[in-house]
Amino acid sequence: MSNVPSELRDEIPSFDAKATGDHGPIDWTGLTSIRTAKSALEIGSIVALFAAVFFGLELVLRWTNTPTYVFPKPIAVVKTLANEFTAVYAHHLWVTMYEFLAGYAIGAAVGLLLAALITQKPFAEKVIAPYVLIMVTTPMIAFVPFLRLKMGFGSWPLIIAVALAAGPMVMINSATGFRRTDLAKIALARSYGASTFQIFAKIRFPLALPMIIVGYMVGSIFGLLTAVGGEMVAASEQGGLGRDLVYYSSLARMSEFGATILIIAILGVLIYVIFYFIGKRWASWEA
Amino acid sequence: MEPKLRVEGASKVYASKSGPVHALEDFSLDVREGELVCILGPSGCGKTTLLWAMSGLHELTRGRILLDGTPIEGPRPQEIGMIFQDANLLPWRNLRQNIEFPFEIKKRPPDRPRIEALLRETGLAEFGGSMPRELSGGMQQRASIVRALAQNPGVLLMDEPFGALDAFTRDEMNLLLMRLWSESGKTIVFVTHNISEAIFLADRVVVLTPRPGRLAHIYEIDLPRPRTVEMTFEPAFIELLQDMKRTVETGGRSTLEVA
Repeated sequence: MSNVPSELRDEIPSFDAKATGDHGPIDWTGLTSIRTAKSALEIGSIVALFAAVFFGLELVLRWTNTPTYVFPKPIAVVKTLANEFTAVYAHHLWVTMYEFLAGYAIGAAVGLLLAALITQKPFAEKVIAPYVLIMVTTPMIAFVPFLRLKMGFGSWPLIIAVALAAGPMVMINSATGFRRTDLAKIALARSYGASTFQIFAKIRFPLALPMIIVGYMVGSIFGLLTAVGGEMVAASEQGGLGRDLVYYSSLARMSEFGATILIIAILGVLIYVIFYFIGKRWASWEA
Repeated sequence: MEPKLRVEGASKVYASKSGPVHALEDFSLDVREGELVCILGPSGCGKTTLLWAMSGLHELTRGRILLDGTPIEGPRPQEIGMIFQDANLLPWRNLRQNIEFPFEIKKRPPDRPRIEALLRETGLAEFGGSMPRELSGGMQQRASIVRALAQNPGVLLMDEPFGALDAFTRDEMNLLLMRLWSESGKTIVFVTHNISEAIFLADRVVVLTPRPGRLAHIYEIDLPRPRTVEMTFEPAFIELLQDMKRTVETGGRSTLEVA
């Protein structure tokens, strides 16, 4: 009887548990389920709080006559950003985005592929687990000076660092997703004659997708961190937002420094918002 | 006449961490074409194992199962439709996409007119775009019946499909199933641990013993059709129910013969 699906062969049928598999060593799922404001009151309060902090800070700094080199005034920061965005920041933003996007694309693709492959063989998964853990826990920024030394002053050292930072995060979360099994759903597909590839494409992958999206989100956050941090340590000759931070802080040009931080913060929030909507579209069934 | 389904000396032993588990032992049964047979027994008596073996999802340790005279050696998606415990819909697909799922697996265009007719018949016509979690348990299970029937299989294997539903929804689903069955003339093997449900639905009720599952007794149910919920309150029904309950509890050792 060779056509009997192998994954069901010696499992006692049980429907007590839903999809098995936990959320992995670190539960990042909270990231995709932050509660969002809906009513006018909630949104109004958010705007009011922002205005209070923004203008409150401005007032306090004026009142106390705090010099800009100690702490920049919010309005000055926004003005600097607006006035110098095209002349200065756009270029550095592009440099950082290029390093981030290239590294992230490579790291996330490899991470997802490895997760899909590795979870097919529990033995391979166990052997590789400690190394993945080392990669997840080691700050990849540490390698940037070394890579810089080996590879010169182009973008590649930072692209590689971003890939090394984002890849394992994508992998560890995706693997958690792929490890989930739902015997009843596999049995359903098998009863209609599904092939192993169809089981993967139509059951295992969609089942894993919420965790994969979480992995991509966490990976992107670590990737951005590594891109900016790496530039602070050893930027390419093109510069980048990280180098701006070091440059402006060393000259105590705090308005420019603040404007750079503002860009990075907006970038981070933007990445989050993108993944929030991706999660809403493709992972909302698992709320 | 050759039976639609024939089970011959079926035994199944699972290898588990705490030693072998005998789920099913030397079980034989013939199911006629167009018959509705209920397999009744307590939890863990190998009912689901038997059904999964019939569907080709499980291998038997000994014995064999024949469908239309040919041994079952794997899933037979053209001839057999499975209906699972809890509707077993894919939560990331809406109802229509769930119902079209088997067509996708078989790489065939979905039979839209048939699906529409079934959706109307089961009262789901307006819910094709709904996600499973937006629907009640009864509606989910109706969708799963539509999913199986849309394939038009000759045999339906149903694994405690209404076990998770409340008593009222269960009655409603049983009536719906009987209507669909009488219209389509399919062969149905229906696994349940609910005695009343088994009597209500079945032409024959096959009682299994607790683990390992063996044949305890086969009851011919000759209540007239179409059956109604009111019939379940009549003395003949209750007498049968009490007798069957004893059989389940004693494993058939003190069975009274019922005409």
